Amino acid sequence: MALVSLRNVSKVYPPASKGAPSVTAIDSVSLDVEAGDIYGIIGYSGAGKSTLVRLVNALEHSTSGEIIVDGQDIAVLSERELRKVRLGIGMIFQQFNLLGSRTVARNVAYPLEVAGHPKEQRAARVAELLDFVGLADKAGSFPDQLSGGQKQRVGIARALATQPSILLADEATSALDPETTHEVLALLKRVNAEFGVTIIVITHEMDVIQTIATKVAVMDQGRVIERGPVFDVFSNPQAAASARFVSTVVKGVPSAAELAVLRERHTGRIVTLAFRDSAVDQTAVFGELARAGVAFEVVYGGINEIQGRPFGHLTLALSGADPVIDQVLAHIRTLTTVTEVR
Amino acid sequence: MDALIDLLPELWTATYETLYIVALTLFFGGLGGLLVGLGLYLTRAGSILENKPLFFVLNLLVNFIRPIPFIIFLAAAQPLARAVTGSGIGNNAIIFTIALAASFAMARIVEQNLLTVTPGVIDAARSVGAGPIRIIFTVLLPEALGPLILGYTFIFVALVDMSAVAGYVGGGGLGNFALLYGYRQFNPIVTWAAVLLIIVLVQFVQFFGNYLARKALRR
Ligand SMILES: Nc1ncnc2c1ncn2[C@@H]1O[C@H](COP(=O)(O)OP(=O)(O)O)[C@@H](O)[C@H]1O
Ligand SMILES: [Mg+2]
Repeated sequence: MALVSLRNVSKVYPPASKGAPSVTAIDSVSLDVEAGDIYGIIGYSGAGKSTLVRLVNALEHSTSGEIIVDGQDIAVLSERELRKVRLGIGMIFQQFNLLGSRTVARNVAYPLEVAGHPKEQRAARVAELLDFVGLADKAGSFPDQLSGGQKQRVGIARALATQPSILLADEATSALDPETTHEVLALLKRVNAEFGVTIIVITHEMDVIQTIATKVAVMDQGRVIERGPVFDVFSNPQAAASARFVSTVVKGVPSAAELAVLRERHTGRIVTLAFRDSAVDQTAVFGELARAGVAFEVVYGGINEIQGRPFGHLTLALSGADPVIDQVLAHIRTLTTVTEVR
Repeated sequence: MDALIDLLPELWTATYETLYIVALTLFFGGLGGLLVGLGLYLTRAGSILENKPLFFVLNLLVNFIRPIPFIIFLAAAQPLARAVTGSGIGNNAIIFTIALAASFAMARIVEQNLLTVTPGVIDAARSVGAGPIRIIFTVLLPEALGPLILGYTFIFVALVDMSAVAGYVGGGGLGNFALLYGYRQFNPIVTWAAVLLIIVLVQFVQFFGNYLARKALRR
């Protein structure tokens, strides 16, 4: 049984004004998030990602479908019952949403107050959490005295206060610079590894998915159009939107325009080789070329590592006699996929 | 000047009465404004206690009462004041009427101040399981405290103004004093003395309100 399971969930917002159309933010989505996953949900702005994640802790209520969290269908619970469920689900936000009137320590203590923990216990837990996120020295500071990255770390400490089993991150790094983004992502990875917290990460940046997610769902217009282990989606995207997201972080096969530019500089034959996982031994491929005496130049592409597994495409400009090249390509075809680009 | 010196005891009594009226109306009107303002904020579309009919009624009431000039409101509300306080004139009736008018004026200010609280922090509170009552006391009011203090300071000045007008209809205080001993006796010095006291009072409260708001905002 998945920890979070959505079955045919839809969310329709009523028309904003009379005559306006209603908005189907989520359109019959089914999704399973297993305990221990870092599940990435990527999509363009307006795809329905925030709505989807807010359904999981019932900040929004679904129009139809089942939302099963930890074995319980939350769609049928009362608001009072939902408050208990929410204690087991932490959430962090793009704009951090810290209470400006409270110090860092009192922000982190807030969920503990709500949960009714006695004061002495709260202090100890807050100290522990601030230590974990590396902000022990900021306990008495106010949020407006912190940098963006520090604020998000307070947000994470607050979200973890009641030891939830699920953490929802809605564009948690979208307001941060790249370096800070990676610090925060590294912290989320630790949260997952050290506490076994299942994390659902919403983002429009493929880089975030590449860095921490184990599984990914691609959303478009309220639907999940593709899903799977991150490596699979990255190395072999099926939907056009997925391919576009992948291309933002992975330099794959040259486009027609890029090829035209390459053609201007290289008059010889141009081939693209796919490298996926360790299945294809680069040494063997380049060994074949060397043995046949075919000179080559890497003109496009790159090798990426997703979850410790390499994959990518390299486009080579070859120089040599045609028959020789044909022969060596035939050998290489037994090792990997070769596409001759014309 | 001699007239003023002779009138000093009356001046002090009038000042005391103004302070008394303003303090009580600030308390009751402030509380009423807070409740109605919270009601407006909480019941509006998309808020945590969304309630379209209630919002409609509150909103209509505020829009209807707020623009009525106070001197007219004073007359119009007299039957209600009599029903509640037992008399249509005198300080109690005045206090009731001012507090009522101030409630509606303050309601809009409270609503607007609450709207400055980013909706995200309410989401954050909801996401950890906080209910509406807790959100009001631990999120909404503390987060809007600075602007709220300034709002109450602002309404204080309006209350001094209203209490002076109320002098016309038998309420005590500096307004009545200026009218009775200054204006009607053709003694401008007496009028100015009352004006000066009002200015000092308002300045002092404005200064104090600014100070408190600054503390709340930590700036
Ligand atoms: N409270 C709301 N009322 C009406 N429409 C909404 C509301 N929240 C979101 N939407 C609409 O739902 C769609 C999905 O929004 P959202 O989930 O915020 O997308 P994302 O997070 O992927 O950018 C958008 O068309 C948006 O306009
Ligand atoms: Mg969003």
